[in-house]
Amino acid sequence: METARVLQEKALQANEEQFLTFRLDGQEYGIAILKVQEIKGWDKMTPIPNSPPYVKGVLNLRGVIVPVFDLRLRFGLPETVRDAFTVIIVVNIGGRMAGIVVDAVSDVINVSPEQQCAAPEYEGQQNREFIKGLAQVDDKLLILLDIDRMVNPETLEQSEAVASVAAAL
Amino acid sequence: MAIDMRQFHQTFFEESFEGLTVMEAELLRLERTASANGHDTVSADPEILNTIFRSAHSIKGGSSTFGFSDVAAFAHVLESRLDALRDGRSLPDRRVVGLLLLAVDCLRSLIIAAKTGKQSDQGAIEAVRLQFEKLGSESAALPVTGKTSTQPRASATTHWRILFRPNPKMFHTGNDPLRIFRELSGLGKMKTTVDISGLPSWEQLNPEECYLSWNSELVGSVAREAIADVFSWVLDDCRLEIISNTMPVPTLSQRSVAEAVASIDAHTDTLRVSVPKVDALINTVGELVITQTMLSQLTANFTFDNLSKLFAGLEQLERNTRELQESVMRIRMLPLSFAFNRLPRLVHDMSQKLDKKVDLIISGEQTEIDKTVIDRLIDPLLHLVRNSLDHGIEPPAERIAAGKPQTGTIELKAYQKSGNVIIEIRDDGRGLRHDRIFDKAVEQGLIPADAKLSPDEIYELIFLPGFSTAVTVSDISGRGVGMDVVRSNIHSLGGNVEITSQAGQGTCFIVRLPLTLAILDGLSLQVGTHTYILPLVSIVESVRIVPDQVSRPAGGVELYGLRKEYLPLLRLSDLFHVMPRSTDLTQGLLVIVEADGKKAGLYVDDLLGQQQVVIKSLETHYRKVDGISAATILGDGTVAMILDVTGLIRMAHAGATRLTPASHGRIQDTGRHTGNMTPTIN
Repeated sequence: METARVLQEKALQANEEQFLTFRLDGQEYGIAILKVQEIKGWDKMTPIPNSPPYVKGVLNLRGVIVPVFDLRLRFGLPETVRDAFTVIIVVNIGGRMAGIVVDAVSDVINVSPEQQCAAPEYEGQQNREFIKGLAQVDDKLLILLDIDRMVNPETLEQSEAVASVAAAL
Repeated sequence: MAIDMRQFHQTFFEESFEGLTVMEAELLRLERTASANGHDTVSADPEILNTIFRSAHSIKGGSSTFGFSDVAAFAHVLESRLDALRDGRSLPDRRVVGLLLLAVDCLRSLIIAAKTGKQSDQGAIEAVRLQFEKLGSESAALPVTGKTSTQPRASATTHWRILFRPNPKMFHTGNDPLRIFRELSGLGKMKTTVDISGLPSWEQLNPEECYLSWNSELVGSVAREAIADVFSWVLDDCRLEIISNTMPVPTLSQRSVAEAVASIDAHTDTLRVSVPKVDALINTVGELVITQTMLSQLTANFTFDNLSKLFAGLEQLERNTRELQESVMRIRMLPLSFAFNRLPRLVHDMSQKLDKKVDLIISGEQTEIDKTVIDRLIDPLLHLVRNSLDHGIEPPAERIAAGKPQTGTIELKAYQKSGNVIIEIRDDGRGLRHDRIFDKAVEQGLIPADAKLSPDEIYELIFLPGFSTAVTVSDISGRGVGMDVVRSNIHSLGGNVEITSQAGQGTCFIVRLPLTLAILDGLSLQVGTHTYILPLVSIVESVRIVPDQVSRPAGGVELYGLRKEYLPLLRLSDLFHVMPRSTDLTQGLLVIVEADGKKAGLYVDDLLGQQQVVIKSLETHYRKVDGISAATILGDGTVAMILDVTGLIRMAHAGATRLTPASHGRIQDTGRHTGNMTPTIN
């Protein structure tokens, strides 16, 4: 109860946004908490034939068929062994659901607009389109993700097209 | 307290559309009686007229209650006309019936406009309304009360004739004709004569009643509404006729009305369920509750003596569940008449346009099918019937020359057969001409000129995109919205189309559809560690592979010889890039599948068993996947993919044509790909 109230009071401060933070290959990322539907443990999945490697498969979420994406593979990070902390964050974007596999969830934090800044331009990074911005919270760098773009079927096909071109080379 | 009327709108719209359908059907019946008698005029069956009148009346009542004034006004015009027919003041000849049908179209487009908030085609509606008035002024004057137009119209100088016959009780409501005429005279040059023929003798005269009526002539640039507005206070207590003497005779653009109608969104969002179906559902749920109570009592203090009782209980539970599933599915079932009802009108309009004589015979319209299927069936069905009428049925002269009856027949038959609904569209027209289809296909570059095709393969050609044998492009067919669309629509419903035809005798299209889209009879099969569901309808048989029968001609394809037929052998593990249990063909099974008349052999590791599965779309949260039509949830809670046989065959084709040395890298790449996928299912 106490924590809930503290959290609420914190959220009440003007213009602050709440983010769910999670870890991926040692780096902290954040997604807007309003997009998160639930967090669930690892579950058995059915692979989708001929889908890109980062599409882990589909999950039966209480009768709803939800695709699950591995964020490590999506970002071109090395695959790792699943452990007790590996979770699936189920996001809901305008009724469209998707699960993302991350190493571990960390916290829910408030980020004020002053703490946020745009992602710097850098060469040859194709994941840039998924990055909404950066935030400096308690001396830690947090990468804020644009989750809408990541689970959007159009970008899915785009990145598949890119992947197939890359494969053909 | 104001009630929010909008909550009733949906019901009103649905009832109105139903009413319109009834009116249309009855009007067509009226006309048929006319042609059956061989007369141009009809000795109208009062019951038919009453039914039409009732529908028009409810639409009028409903629309004015809900404030759709233009619908109400137009329905009123229609109703007045019908009233005249009912009273025998005028006779329903062909022209009147045709006009009434057009009026039904207008009313429909007005209601659609009210529903969607869009503008209706005012021009067409106005044209029909004017025709009605013209009809009224020709025959015994048509009474027109109320605001009769739907839109204020700036008219040129018009010569209006106004007949005002108030109800005797008019004075009781405090209205004064003098004031009305004073106001009316302000609109233009007016000349009024009073008709005193209604005056009784002095002894019988009641000074509080009005016995007079007036004939006025008004010249000026006045819109009808302006005149009607003057009378707005007394509309309910009078008979009012406003007739324009310089009436322009409009040529009604039939096309625009037809187009307005064509744009109706046929999909309704609600479902009407008959009470017996709901009762059956409630009964089943009741039984389920009883079974559940029994089972929990039994398990509360369970001893092994009760084991047989427990099994009996579980069996009952299974039966209840199945019944429940069936009754729920039945709620979604609607009779096909919902789709068929539209066809008589289409045939009526088209046969007139094409100068052909056609009888439409419908049978089996009570066959029930899932609502979703019905909604999406209407367009393909309209197209097939239109096709039969345009291409199949010959003009009367040609029919007589061919020794056939002058009137052609299109027969629409629906029935259920082994879990499918079959719809046959049969005409007794000229049939498909192989040579003409062949030549046309060669001309359009769809096939090489030296191709040797069987009759069935020739019929297949008409399903190709862009194919049309129509010599001239009419507004009925030949526009390129062809049979390929019909076929793909029917495929998307999980059905298929077949053609049989005999030159000179006619053509028959056979549409085969699944009963429901929500549940599928499938066969579960295994490839490696994966379970897939294959729809039962696409399975022909399954065989053990005889290695000698497998041949590998150049191009990387494998063929399997089965009873003198060579079928492409598709390995599901290759198509989906998964690890099979064994690559040795004798270890697995070959399932012969068929889709779109193409057969293929699907090589799988094992067959697990037949089961009914609930279809869950993959596209809701993901997207379309090649070779997969949907997903389902198995008894253990895991997800299984439902195979799409058409897609698999297409994938195999694409794969075979691309299999060149250059694509070697691709295969290696997908190998890596498989490596990534397999660990996840541990």
